[in-house]
Amino acid sequence: MTTQLAVDNVSIRYGKVEAVHRISLAVGMGQIVTVIGPNGAGKTTLLSAIMGLLPFHGEIRFEGQSLANASIEDRVENGLCLVPERRELFAEMSVADNLQLGAFCRYRRRDRTIRASLDDVYALFPRLAERREQLAGTLSGGERQMLALGRALMSKPRLLMLDEPSLGLAPRIVKEIFHTIAALQATGVSILLVEQNARVALQVADTGYVLETGELVLSGPSAELAHNPRVAQSYLGQSA
Amino acid sequence: MNLQIAALLAQDGLTNGAIYALLALALVLVFAVTRVVFVPQGEFVAFGALSLAALQNGAVPKTIWLLLAMAVIATILELVALARRRAAARAYMLAVAGWLVAPALVAALLWFAAPLKLALGWQVCLAILSVTAIGPLLYRIAIQPVAQGSVLVLLIVAVAVHFVLGGMGLLFFGAEGSRTPAFTDAMYQLGGINVSGQSLYVYGVSALAIGGLYWAFSQTLYGKALMATAFNRVGARLVGISPNFAGALTLTVAAALGAFSGVLIGPITTVYYDSGFLVGLKGFVGAIIGGLVSYPLAAAGALLIGLIESYASFWASQYKEVIVFTLIIPVLLWRSLKTRHHEEDQ
Repeated sequence: MTTQLAVDNVSIRYGKVEAVHRISLAVGMGQIVTVIGPNGAGKTTLLSAIMGLLPFHGEIRFEGQSLANASIEDRVENGLCLVPERRELFAEMSVADNLQLGAFCRYRRRDRTIRASLDDVYALFPRLAERREQLAGTLSGGERQMLALGRALMSKPRLLMLDEPSLGLAPRIVKEIFHTIAALQATGVSILLVEQNARVALQVADTGYVLETGELVLSGPSAELAHNPRVAQSYLGQSA
Repeated sequence: MNLQIAALLAQDGLTNGAIYALLALALVLVFAVTRVVFVPQGEFVAFGALSLAALQNGAVPKTIWLLLAMAVIATILELVALARRRAAARAYMLAVAGWLVAPALVAALLWFAAPLKLALGWQVCLAILSVTAIGPLLYRIAIQPVAQGSVLVLLIVAVAVHFVLGGMGLLFFGAEGSRTPAFTDAMYQLGGINVSGQSLYVYGVSALAIGGLYWAFSQTLYGKALMATAFNRVGARLVGISPNFAGALTLTVAAALGAFSGVLIGPITTVYYDSGFLVGLKGFVGAIIGGLVSYPLAAAGALLIGLIESYASFWASQYKEVIVFTLIIPVLLWRSLKTRHHEEDQ
């Protein structure tokens, strides 16, 4: 399988504090890869660095191209997209405007299939279609997550990075969101998923990594990880 | 004061107020998108009016030299930045086309069109175009390098730009003031009150400009992209809206609005190279009434400033500026009591 995203020996520091230490991981084309770990392990930091929101040491390659000199906008343009933990929606704008802006890069290069993508997103999340004129700030938590996902999909990403998509959502909505994530994989989108909810994450992912205090401690096919005694005990709440 | 005079003063006040409103909107927009309190907005006004005056005389506005110099500097900055990022060849070509060729074309157009003494409408377009072209260059050269700085740093840069552009204005247009001819000499009787066609012109085109802005920001994706940047900078970057792109586009709009105001104010008052500052400042007071965030309040505030200024000039003409600017104190007091405290930046 060809590697789409290669993170090689990456360290990230906030001033003097090293939040992530010499991490290497890979996302294969069309794969779902999850990074699980407790609060403060450096999961969000890692995604921020891959997206270009934070500077990093080491090498990150996306589809063979080094990301060292690429801006956030270049990354979006090239098919990398992040749905951050805080969603970062345009709260004062309507659902439809948020989605439309998701396709900003495609609009700039005169992509004529934006309309079709919008219909696809509405088909995927009928709730968003119902609320298309509503301001994003007035949506419920689950709807916001759907909108954040929808907005990201509007850029037609080839690799989608999701930061804690289940955070603060009701179990029923989490199920719905993860159902969508699995469906996205079927359309050829690779996904790098960061989750505290290890159970659902490992269910949907092909490969998993465990990140603790800035270092990778375990990795492997997610089915194996789920049966690893350490993972089972720490993250799945089962006694060993 | 009788009704006749009151109505005349109101007419004057609203005419100026409409112009201040355009400036207030530009200031709110620039602040929202770039966090810059855009002190040099007034320079665009003076440049616009004086460029039109130059064109009226069949002379080439000397601002084209500024335009060319800025284009060269901006292109060098951009090429150096691209080289550092090891960008692809296509990016270099786009940079040269956008930052060097496009402004050069504007300069060339003015160079050849100026001696032709075209009709007033065309001259207005040329004057606005020549000033508008300065907007993105100004962003690239002066603001983009410090765009990540604090609001205070950005303000200091804005003040510096104001002084530099003011000096340039003196160099290009001289210390002499100019007055451009009225768009129309028509006079109308409206219920026994004389209404000048010029005032109606100002109301009409200001309303059109404001309507156009509203349309652009609510209906076009580029307008929405600017709004998105103003609302959520990180979110905007994550969908691929570069803050530099948004900033350059915003200053383009601000420069166009400034030049447009200059063209409108040219026939009303004699404009000197440094007149813009005071005009811009009144727009700023209007914008402050809107808390530098609300567009409708900023426009309404600017109209109010125009009216107050007009009546003040009748009752206490020596103090008219004092009255207008003193007004900012109760407004700030009221705002500081009313609005909850915002965290600095972001």
